[in-house]
Amino acid sequence: MLSPVILLPAVLNGLLTGAVYALVALGLTLIYGVLHIVNFAHGALLSAALFAAFFAYRLLGLDPYLAIFLLTPLFFVLGYLLQRFVIGPAAHGEDRNILLVTLGLAVIIENALLYAFRADTRTVDLPYGFTVLDFGIAFLAVPRVIGFCVALVVALALWMILNLTDTGKAMRAVAKEKLGAELSGIDVGHIYAVTFGLGTACLAIAACLLLPTYYVNPQVGNGFVLVAFTIVVLGGMGSVAGSLIGGLLIGVVESLSGLFLGESLGQIGIFVIFIMVLLFRPSGLFGERA
Amino acid sequence: MSGPSIARILLVVAVLATVPLLTTSNAVLNFLVVTLMIALVAQGWNVLGGYGGQYSFGHAAFFGTGAFVTAVLQARYGVNAWAAFVAGMAGSALIGALIGAITFRSGLRGSYFALVTLAFAEVLRILASVAPITGAGVGTLVALDLRPQSFQFQTRAPFYWIVLALLAVSFLVVRMIEGSRFGAWLVAVRENEDAAKALGINPFRVKLAAMTISAAIAGAGGGFYVQYFLFIDSGIAYGPWISIEALLAPIVGGIGTVFGPLLGALAVKALGEGTKLLAGDAPGLDLVIYGCVLILIVAFAPNGIAGLLLKARQRLVLPKDLQPGRSDG
Repeated sequence: MLSPVILLPAVLNGLLTGAVYALVALGLTLIYGVLHIVNFAHGALLSAALFAAFFAYRLLGLDPYLAIFLLTPLFFVLGYLLQRFVIGPAAHGEDRNILLVTLGLAVIIENALLYAFRADTRTVDLPYGFTVLDFGIAFLAVPRVIGFCVALVVALALWMILNLTDTGKAMRAVAKEKLGAELSGIDVGHIYAVTFGLGTACLAIAACLLLPTYYVNPQVGNGFVLVAFTIVVLGGMGSVAGSLIGGLLIGVVESLSGLFLGESLGQIGIFVIFIMVLLFRPSGLFGERA
Repeated sequence: MSGPSIARILLVVAVLATVPLLTTSNAVLNFLVVTLMIALVAQGWNVLGGYGGQYSFGHAAFFGTGAFVTAVLQARYGVNAWAAFVAGMAGSALIGALIGAITFRSGLRGSYFALVTLAFAEVLRILASVAPITGAGVGTLVALDLRPQSFQFQTRAPFYWIVLALLAVSFLVVRMIEGSRFGAWLVAVRENEDAAKALGINPFRVKLAAMTISAAIAGAGGGFYVQYFLFIDSGIAYGPWISIEALLAPIVGGIGTVFGPLLGALAVKALGEGTKLLAGDAPGLDLVIYGCVLILIVAFAPNGIAGLLLKARQRLVLPKDLQPGRSDG
């Protein structure tokens, strides 16, 4: 069981899955870090993005990897509008109301998808969907390797946006001290909406990366969200680097506990880590403090 | 604390108790039984979330434990249903105390507390979906035995009265908490934990007690579910649906009030039925409308139905210049 012939591919596959987990978690951590809200609509938005990528391929014949360039701006705008005109005004700035509004949004999105496309599970057939490459130590699926690379690039891009642009500076200012940022002339409502838009845009990219090897149905996003929450907490809420490393780590943990404990218990490793981190280091690996 | 008097609570319960005498419609009674069961679980959430300010996203952990203990003791060990029900509440309280002790000991608050409760419920769900004792993926069936001594009845009316009685007890418990020193401590911890500590209150013990009571009430809801449907599996017991129902009802109805969970459960469930009628057979459409109305309620009645009622009463009673402004607090 412990032979490297089995272990190494499991670890590598875990890393590949983990990178896409990290991308979903990046959106969540960004929104949590700046707006301090737990976004319950994240999973439903991921399902919506997967449907969008699916139909971009079916109807427009757009390859999922090309669809990234169409869907990312689209979902940025969607996220921006949702925060600016639905979540913000409806929530009156109270945590419990934000919770309810995002919950309501999740219900609406998920069931609108169900109404429009029924509960059927769909997949796409891409010529490269099952291509594997021999990396010497393991055979890895090409789409998953591409997903891994793109996820790393996106994480780097987000880090650059946060650290090198004025908008990013404003986002970090709002995250640290909302009132102070407002007093120094930052439009907090706008920054909130931009952040939510960026978080949603991450989902569009994740969806395009997932589509070649994954399936689509109205509930598909939910499975990712609990995992993403774990990653966010593990990496430290609001930390980009933390999300990335947390995501990779969780991917490996899931892969290994699936290997040792079996498929149905595979996810339990994730939640045990989750609870342990919350109990012993709630600020996460890279968080500033709880 | 100006909650409703004991007399008013008993009056509300007495009025509700007459419903099965007025209608024999199974659809109506079924709707009400499920709604009151949700109100009961929601009342459990309300003790911890409404009065204690600790928002749990994982009350499924307590509902499910109550349900599984009740079901498994009967199905596998032949224990009497009523005894199993009580054991279910006790088991649920125990799990509540355990999770509370772990999380409050490490000082988790706010979103962190919410997330850790969610994770505990998920761990229990995964364990229950593979453990042989809970029936793993198949679930546990309770044998049909329609006699009152096995907590099963021919008609729905006795179930209705039993769940109403459980709810009535929860009303009285919550009312007692409101008026007690413990309730004052709990509210103090909700409003400002550090200040409460400075006044000599032990927040850990107060929150732990609230969580235990909360879990026991939610567990009673779970045990009742098993007796009513005679079946339970890991998805129903520990699934997110009940965690959401448990927090939705008090928030919609009025958080930290005696009748909030009941008002909210009635409103949310009636809304669900109404949208189902409106949307007809189209799958999903009813829930789309439901979600929209939910957001509208939050947008225009941020303090819940109880908040609206209070505002309406103040408008009627107080002269115009004494009326409080909108409290967005």
